[in-house]
Amino acid sequence: MLEARYLLVILALPFLGSLASAFLPTRARTLAAAMAGGVTFAALGLLICFYPALADGAIVRHTIPWLPSLGLDLTVRLGGFSWLFALLILGIGALVVLYARYYMSAEDPVPRFFSFLLAFMGSMLGLVLSGNLIQIAFFWELTSLFSFLLIGYWHHNQSARDGARMALIMTATGGVCLLVGFLLLGHIAGSYDVDRVLAAGEAIRGHALYLPALILVLIGAFTKSAQFPFHFWLPHAMAAPTPVSAYLHSATMVKAGIYILILFWPALSGTESWYLIVSTTGLATLLIGAWAAIFQQDLKGLLAYSTISHLGLITLLLGLGSPLAAVAAIFHTVNHATFKASLFMAAGIIDHETGTRDLRKLSGLVRFMPITATLAMVAAAAMAGVPLLNGFLSKEMFLAEALEAHSGTILDRFLPVLATLASTFSVLYSVRFIHQVFFGPPPVGLPREPHEAPHWMRLPIEILVLLCLLVGILPALTIGPLLTTAVSSVLGERTPVYSLAIWHGFNLPLLMSAVALVGGAVLYRLFGQRLNAMQNSPVIGRLKGRRTFETVLSAIIEGARGLRGVFGTRRQQVQLRLLVLTTFLAVGLPLARLGYTAGPVAGTLIDPVFAVLWMLGGVSAIAAAWQAKFHRLAALIMVGVAGLSTCISFIWLSAPDLGLTQLLVEIVTLVLLLLGLRWLPQRRSDFWAGSIAPFSVRYRRGADLLVALVGGAGIAALSYAIMTRPTPEGLSRYFMEQAYPGGGGTNVVNVILVDFRGFDTLGEITVLSIVALTVFSLLRRFRPAAESVEMPLQQKRQNAFDDARKGNKVGDTARHYLLVPRVTMEWLFPVILTLALYLLVRGHDLPGGGFAAGLTASIGIILLYMANGTRAVEARLNVRPVRWISAGLLCATATGGAAWFFGHPFLSTHFSYLDLPLIGSVPVASALLFDIGVFAVVVGTTVLILIALAHQSIRSPRANRSEDGTAQEATELEGKG
Amino acid sequence: MEAVLALAIGTLTASGLWLLFRPRTFQVVLGLCLLSYAVNLFIVAAGRLRTDAPPIVGKGAVDPAQFVDPVPQALVLTAIVISFATTALLLVVLLAARGLTGTDHVDGEEDDL
Repeated sequence: MLEARYLLVILALPFLGSLASAFLPTRARTLAAAMAGGVTFAALGLLICFYPALADGAIVRHTIPWLPSLGLDLTVRLGGFSWLFALLILGIGALVVLYARYYMSAEDPVPRFFSFLLAFMGSMLGLVLSGNLIQIAFFWELTSLFSFLLIGYWHHNQSARDGARMALIMTATGGVCLLVGFLLLGHIAGSYDVDRVLAAGEAIRGHALYLPALILVLIGAFTKSAQFPFHFWLPHAMAAPTPVSAYLHSATMVKAGIYILILFWPALSGTESWYLIVSTTGLATLLIGAWAAIFQQDLKGLLAYSTISHLGLITLLLGLGSPLAAVAAIFHTVNHATFKASLFMAAGIIDHETGTRDLRKLSGLVRFMPITATLAMVAAAAMAGVPLLNGFLSKEMFLAEALEAHSGTILDRFLPVLATLASTFSVLYSVRFIHQVFFGPPPVGLPREPHEAPHWMRLPIEILVLLCLLVGILPALTIGPLLTTAVSSVLGERTPVYSLAIWHGFNLPLLMSAVALVGGAVLYRLFGQRLNAMQNSPVIGRLKGRRTFETVLSAIIEGARGLRGVFGTRRQQVQLRLLVLTTFLAVGLPLARLGYTAGPVAGTLIDPVFAVLWMLGGVSAIAAAWQAKFHRLAALIMVGVAGLSTCISFIWLSAPDLGLTQLLVEIVTLVLLLLGLRWLPQRRSDFWAGSIAPFSVRYRRGADLLVALVGGAGIAALSYAIMTRPTPEGLSRYFMEQAYPGGGGTNVVNVILVDFRGFDTLGEITVLSIVALTVFSLLRRFRPAAESVEMPLQQKRQNAFDDARKGNKVGDTARHYLLVPRVTMEWLFPVILTLALYLLVRGHDLPGGGFAAGLTASIGIILLYMANGTRAVEARLNVRPVRWISAGLLCATATGGAAWFFGHPFLSTHFSYLDLPLIGSVPVASALLFDIGVFAVVVGTTVLILIALAHQSIRSPRANRSEDGTAQEATELEGKG
Repeated sequence: MEAVLALAIGTLTASGLWLLFRPRTFQVVLGLCLLSYAVNLFIVAAGRLRTDAPPIVGKGAVDPAQFVDPVPQALVLTAIVISFATTALLLVVLLAARGLTGTDHVDGEEDDL
């Protein structure tokens, strides 16, 4: 016996095959088919090996814990019933693969087809092998997705695209309902595990949420299984290649809804609401599908409506709620899959060999393709319920169930009549299908000369038809054991006694069958010829599922557009105002409810120096706000003053690390903004020259000022309230106590960054790297505004001065500018780098660390650039910021990953003491390596951003000369970067 | 001290908000700078004010009550560096937008007053 975890192999095989197939060359039709077939057979073999383990309703399970705290595990589960379904999926899948090899044209990208098909197969297997509700819903959506891709496989075809979209929207909407229903079920049962939900059937049926959960699950099942009124997507899905119709839209995917209904039948059925909803839906679908099938002129359309009708039959059986009816439902699911898949394949052959699927044009094909005709006749007879074929057996069971009284309502009385009527319709469309296509005079005006299909293409049909016959003649020997296993796994102790004999004596169901067979034949005799003239199905032809769908869809889209028109805006100012006002609301509501009070803790004494500091800082912040429009440089300096006040406050408030970092960031930000200033337009203050600004402008400014003041006052009040309250017990105690014993450092802030919360820091430096690369790539395609390209005014003046003065060359003034500071800056370079290294190494114990050190080092480099100019520096020093970034990220990640080798989780740190000669005992923590990574990333990021921006100035004079020039400059920078 | 710091945060926020609502890109950049000062101070203030108690512990047993709360500091430290990066990104996006649209209005087109 196989271990349960081999189920995962079965599940993985199709997906791996799908992936492999996607990479095959476009024309590798046979190779793709062979691989798909191999994968399917391998999975099939494994599946069959599991059969002995499933006797007596046993269940094979394997669980991989994922989020046990939320009750979410990856559970594969195989019971007798899901085994039978998996057998259908893989068995018919294998036949469809063979068939598709010959059906698909060599012009189509066939490997892609097989890739989708295998992925669908995997999703379907995932659905039936899932032991967890959420997992079922996941694979359920996957089947919808791959069905969409397969229906739209011939995407150049409008009807294929429409059909695919409709199928996706319908089944995915149903999938959402199913998911919500499952969440409710899981909530009621207290677990998402299928077996625990099934065990909680009693509680579920008695719960107040039973009805909503039931309705949601049923909507999911009904949309997928094309039940009325959601059935209309299935005929439109016939735009798919015929192997897809045979596989997805008759044998497997449309049975997924049925699968769910049967799987949860023990837990959900047996109530009045189940009976009413499920059986009436099934009955309506059965009748409407059969009626519509009679009037179809398209071969596949007829089969599609017939599929709908048979799905309705199964749903009706499940709705009846008796165990015998459930047996019949399972049996008919298998039977329908065999005969309908073979009929679709036959229809595909007819389409393939004659070039049309129009019943009115087809006629007398038995002369040209006798074997296909025979096969189709047997399969159609099985569909009509002719004795000695499998369809007969399950139909007898259905008719017998229809005769039983189930509810004591009026439905009991009508059910036998309606069941016979539906069977009559079924006979009628089967006869029409066979007679119209294969008999009568030879066809005229066909697009192609009809002939028999290649043998390999017929083989799948032959196998399926043989199965129809075997099951029909020797049911107890063939399907009997499988059916027993499946039924007992679903029904458990409630498994009824049933007999699979062909002959039950002369009884009422037999009579009903006979009436249906004769009635159908007679009706065809009477009306058969008139059917060809029909455009629409009478009575229900008015039900335009598609039109309703389109109307609802466009109403939704129009509605959304309208709402966007009302509530949406593309104006940033409006968006920001709304954002801030929403924040006001979020803060204001609790404040209005609870009131505002300052806390009980007495404040610390005001230090006059601190007050003066913030008088300065506050005034410069206001001044910056005042002057940012017309005096950018002044505003920038004012912001700098406010930043310095912040920096001093940090140091004052016992945050030396923050003060240090803030100071360094202040410097690089200033350089950055100064570099940006050159590319901004001149702004003159005489815009509203001579007059005051219009009222709308003044009103807007007034409102903004009010919002800004309210915001400022609010945050001030809020922070005062916080600061005057006692500190709640937080994480800090643990961090403080463990910093040295656990992290090997005495600077708690640094230990938190590189050790306790190292993963966050890894995320931070990744963000930094991404931002730097984004800035770099944005600037590569930078096109400055025309007016900024010109030489700046100051530079022109300097050049004019150089021109006018004797003995001066153009550029001399600029070259001699600030000579002494420049020399100093150059000489400071090694000093600054040493400082950076010092900050880096001591960071674990004293203020410093990777961030501060990285900023310091990059400031050193920037100073060098400022002192010597870009070109001069790059002639001597080749900084490669991108390499710094990648090396840093690698270093940090590798340090984290190294913990794995010692059996610890990612980013666990280790530290010890190293005895160095002269220096003595030095603490070495692996966190230092991580910090070096941070350091490198920060250096790379800062330098890359600033240099990329600085480079714009030296490339701009060439910018409009030629496109090539710009491109060349960009590649140069790339080389440097 | 608490009142002074609260007022400082309020002033920075008000100036930052005012600039944030302005139509010119450079104003918005400066506004974000001021706002980030305010937010960083606010977070540090949430750890309560302590002078001369930096979270540099000794190697022996530690009494957490003697030090300022290190968690807000750790949060703010990375926020400072990240805010530099985002300011740079914003600036470059705005410069590129100015190059493409020919205006430094935040919407890429002048207000139609």
